[in-house]
Amino acid sequence: MTCLPQNGSKKKLGLVIDLDICVGCHACAVNCKEWNTGGHSAPLTDIDPYGADPNGVWFNRIHSFEVVDDDNDSRTVHFPKSCLHCDDAPCVTVCPTGASYKREEDGIVLVDADKCIGCKLCSWACAYGAREYDEDVGIMKKCTLCVDRIYNENLPEASRVPACVSTCPVGARSFGDLGDPNSDVSKLVAEREGFDLMAELDYKPTNKYLPPRPKQNENTVSDKPVSLSPVETEKAGLLARWADKVLSL
Amino acid sequence: MHPAKSVILFTTASGAGYGLLFLLILGHMLGVIPTDQTLALSGFGTAFILIVLGLLSSTFHLGRPERAWRALTQWRSSWLSREGILAIVTFLPTGIYGLWWIFFSSSEFALLPLIGSAALLLCCATVYCTSMIYACLKPVAAWHNKFVPAGYLVLSLSTGALLLNAILHLQGKNDQLFDMLTIALIIIAVVHKFYYWQYINENTAQSTVGSATGLGSMGKVSLLEAAHTEANYLMKEMGFKIARKHRQKLRNITFIFGFIFPIFLISLSGMISNATLSNLTIILSILSGGLGIVTERWLFFAEAKHTVSLYYGAEKV
Repeated sequence: MTCLPQNGSKKKLGLVIDLDICVGCHACAVNCKEWNTGGHSAPLTDIDPYGADPNGVWFNRIHSFEVVDDDNDSRTVHFPKSCLHCDDAPCVTVCPTGASYKREEDGIVLVDADKCIGCKLCSWACAYGAREYDEDVGIMKKCTLCVDRIYNENLPEASRVPACVSTCPVGARSFGDLGDPNSDVSKLVAEREGFDLMAELDYKPTNKYLPPRPKQNENTVSDKPVSLSPVETEKAGLLARWADKVLSL
Repeated sequence: MHPAKSVILFTTASGAGYGLLFLLILGHMLGVIPTDQTLALSGFGTAFILIVLGLLSSTFHLGRPERAWRALTQWRSSWLSREGILAIVTFLPTGIYGLWWIFFSSSEFALLPLIGSAALLLCCATVYCTSMIYACLKPVAAWHNKFVPAGYLVLSLSTGALLLNAILHLQGKNDQLFDMLTIALIIIAVVHKFYYWQYINENTAQSTVGSATGLGSMGKVSLLEAAHTEANYLMKEMGFKIARKHRQKLRNITFIFGFIFPIFLISLSGMISNATLSNLTIILSILSGGLGIVTERWLFFAEAKHTVSLYYGAEKV
């Protein structure tokens, strides 16, 4: 059934990604691939993986952006992106077969591999590029929020988080219930003024991003030389000025 | 957006087919076109062949065509599902109308006006659903606007009229009224197309790389390093660039072959007294119009930009 849950899902499991902390190591994407190629939507097919034109299914990709402010001061922001499990998910409503669905119990958006006809319309409806088509199997795949880990009682409790969260070496990724205002992740979002991607589309993504913090040494940074130039003669040391005089004779 | 050949064939062929059905049935109900069986057989035949060809072709781009029947289940939310169902339902009244016209037109059939009206409504509704498959997609600003449904409906009628006009000509049943009507529909289509092109030139999406990353308030955002070294599915499907490079040329081809030549050739055929030459001009008008509408549809897909490009180096879409 591709209608969204009527009153939305009360529980909204999702990720909070801290753009201030992420170092762009791609470990989350690698561990995602590792887990999910054996998980709910397995396999994450690779075509020509060792050839000249490798192509494959990845649920998580890390883009790196440069932000240049008005003072021409730039910073690099690493930007991991996977399915945002939107509350108002058009990838679900456009699906003609009922393969794409949003779970009422926790808000996770999934694809039923047995129903998908591979029309690709959901990938067109997703503004964020979260859908990944598997050419080999002929169906659409996507981030499952590791639905096969987070409820998995065979795993130690500490491991019952999405693979990307468990592997992040710097703790830039948090997992929890964003529908509960008192959860750790909700508090984190409130405290750090977390935001939605492309809020103007009103897809109401569950996943939130935390902005990079302002640079701490902002005052010293603004005094920095605009460009590098040779040290002026009058400002050079005594010996250098003497050498300059002698050699200029 | 990647212009899949199957989808181009589907939208143009079925669009022209529904336009032809609509005009045939409307013309018959109003009593303004000939009522003989040859016209009915060739008209309904051409329309049904185009529609079936279009619908079959639309299943070719599916990853799992054997499951295509499943696409008829989600009419509550999905325009694609609605389109599929309406396409099938439309066969019923249009088919009954065609069968009656071909085989039983000598006898009275009280329900005919009702069936005809249902057929007219369903033809429009099906084309409208086709257009809404695209017009409902918020990430594609070139599609998410009111011009798109209007354009699909107008082009369906103008290409249908071009076909019906040719059928009438080839059977020696043409009159100036229908020539004029066809030309009028083509003119409406070309005016619409110009307004659409102007609209998409002037209106880019609200989303920018700044809003896509949420970093816009900090300064000017640009992609520093891509997520991977090779192109992926998203870039191939949503990042199609060839059309944008040749946009003006392709628009000119659409304008000249899709609209100007057909108008000229239809006018010309009316002036030629030699039947063979006149028929030849009309066949040329179909070929030219066909090339024009296929280019138009290719461009419709290929020049539309998707917000996902913002994560792959585009600053606005």
